Amino acid sequence: MRFELDSTAMKDAYIDALIELAEQNPNIVVLDADLMNSNSTVKFMKRFPGRAINVGVQEANMLGVAAGLAAVGKIPFTHTFACFNARRALDQIYMSVAYAKLPVRIVGTDPGVTAAYNGGTHMPLEDVGFLRGIPTMTVIEPVDNEMLRGILPQVVEMDTPVYLRINRKQPVKVYKPGTEFQIGCGHVLCDGTDVTIIATGILVPEALEAAEILAGEGISARVVNIFTIKPMDEELVIRAAVETGAIVTAENHNVINGLGSAVAEVVVQHFPVPVERVGVQDLFGEVGSVEYLQQRFGLTSAAIVEKAKAVLARKNS
Amino acid sequence: MLVLDREERERLEEFARQIRIATLEELGHLGFGHIGGAMSIVDLLAVLYGKVMRYKPDDPRWEGRDWLVLSKGHAGPALYATLALKGFFPYEMLKTLNQGGTNLPSHADRNKTPGVDMTTGSLGQGMSTGLGVALGLKMDGRPNRVYIILGDGECQEGQIWEGVLFGGNAKLDNLIVFVDYNKQQLDGYVDNINPLGDLRAKWEQFGWFAQEVDGHDVGQIYEAICRAQAAEGQSSVIILHTIKGKGCTFAEGVELNHHMRFTKEQIEEAIAALKGAGRDAV
Repeated sequence: MRFELDSTAMKDAYIDALIELAEQNPNIVVLDADLMNSNSTVKFMKRFPGRAINVGVQEANMLGVAAGLAAVGKIPFTHTFACFNARRALDQIYMSVAYAKLPVRIVGTDPGVTAAYNGGTHMPLEDVGFLRGIPTMTVIEPVDNEMLRGILPQVVEMDTPVYLRINRKQPVKVYKPGTEFQIGCGHVLCDGTDVTIIATGILVPEALEAAEILAGEGISARVVNIFTIKPMDEELVIRAAVETGAIVTAENHNVINGLGSAVAEVVVQHFPVPVERVGVQDLFGEVGSVEYLQQRFGLTSAAIVEKAKAVLARKNS
Repeated sequence: MLVLDREERERLEEFARQIRIATLEELGHLGFGHIGGAMSIVDLLAVLYGKVMRYKPDDPRWEGRDWLVLSKGHAGPALYATLALKGFFPYEMLKTLNQGGTNLPSHADRNKTPGVDMTTGSLGQGMSTGLGVALGLKMDGRPNRVYIILGDGECQEGQIWEGVLFGGNAKLDNLIVFVDYNKQQLDGYVDNINPLGDLRAKWEQFGWFAQEVDGHDVGQIYEAICRAQAAEGQSSVIILHTIKGKGCTFAEGVELNHHMRFTKEQIEEAIAALKGAGRDAV
């Protein structure tokens, strides 16, 4: 891997950025459900004790309390592992938050296989699918600390609910300081003409590595870090379909209902081309290291290379 | 004043009677609806909107208002009747209940109905959103008060007890929760389905200032609210012993009266009975 590991864990980059924003904006409040030490939200509580709430182990109540806070003008961010913030509190997110038009920022940590040693019970491979099916919900999976810092001020400003899927651990550095990001606008990380790899989260560096391997074999791959799964940057996806004629999606999620599905929906409607999906193939999670689980579920550059060749064969047949 | 004088009591009883009539007229246009749980909270609504709450009908989102979270959102029709009588919207709008494109949906919706402060319907959730509202107001030192109305069947939801634990510890003395303990739920009597036991003792155990009163006695309701408001540093609950379908001839005393179908004649008879009970009939 040619990428350098960031010395700062993503959870710390996140909370430091949020504290900075909260210095200027007194309405920002933080809620956590007994994972303040795991999520580093404890730092926010130390800085702003009157604006941080640890509800204890009650995710449904946390989402409801956050919705109530939003109703009186607060800007609430809820935190817990993605499996609990998205799945366990789903009905609260649906009714008290989204249907009620109360803009809560839902921060789900440890997405997909990054739940690692917590295993299958804690491994959210369906959260993106659940939440992107809710009207008005924005679903974002930032790839590195730079991107997270770039989009957070926009998340604060939004008047609709947002789901942020955040890896707590040290991410690789993909972006240079000062890069600008816009929620809803994907990033072309490297251009190519034969196939486009559209990736999110920890699959972005794998996609870039796959592009290098493919280049060595004479295949020109474009790599897109889509990062906003909803609303999807349709224009970018359609352009990829038109210009490269083949797409591979890569996500740390079930291939059902996630990024692969979202991209396929755009492609089949606007410009049908072959699509192959790298992701968890409708299986439950398991326990193990992130590296082991990426191998186990085929979330690797090698899997992307394989799917790229398969999609090219379909394109050329 | 902690006790209602006779004149005030009669005024609120009359308001409750008008709310019941308006609710029946509203539901009567449809021929079906959540009649039982709407009628049981009417006396509480009369006290809240007739005496206790601060609000401006011509400015429903007025910053200084007190908040009502009708967590048992299916009782929306009783709240709509109250709001219409208080001038939040034209009385005629009650006829649109549940019609396509209406601003009066079956379950309360903060984005549709002037005067409705929270969206509810999926039971248990108004407890938490109400707590959030109370907490947010308190964070800013604002004087607004928050009232949450729970159903008794709703108290079978786990989220209620998450909220009771959280709310007890949060010591929200700007909040009063009411439990409409009418002893009946959709499938029949609460005691035959999943009994709640000693509700007051349960809430007290969770740190709340808990009271039990007759939920159809406006005087008792008002006095309990005054005592709750005086209880500084503690969240308050008032358990209202009520009768599901109270005041509706064809619903009161019927086991399955949560959601009913009814004829025009039944509605007319029920309204006539209520009109006959009023001072104007004497």
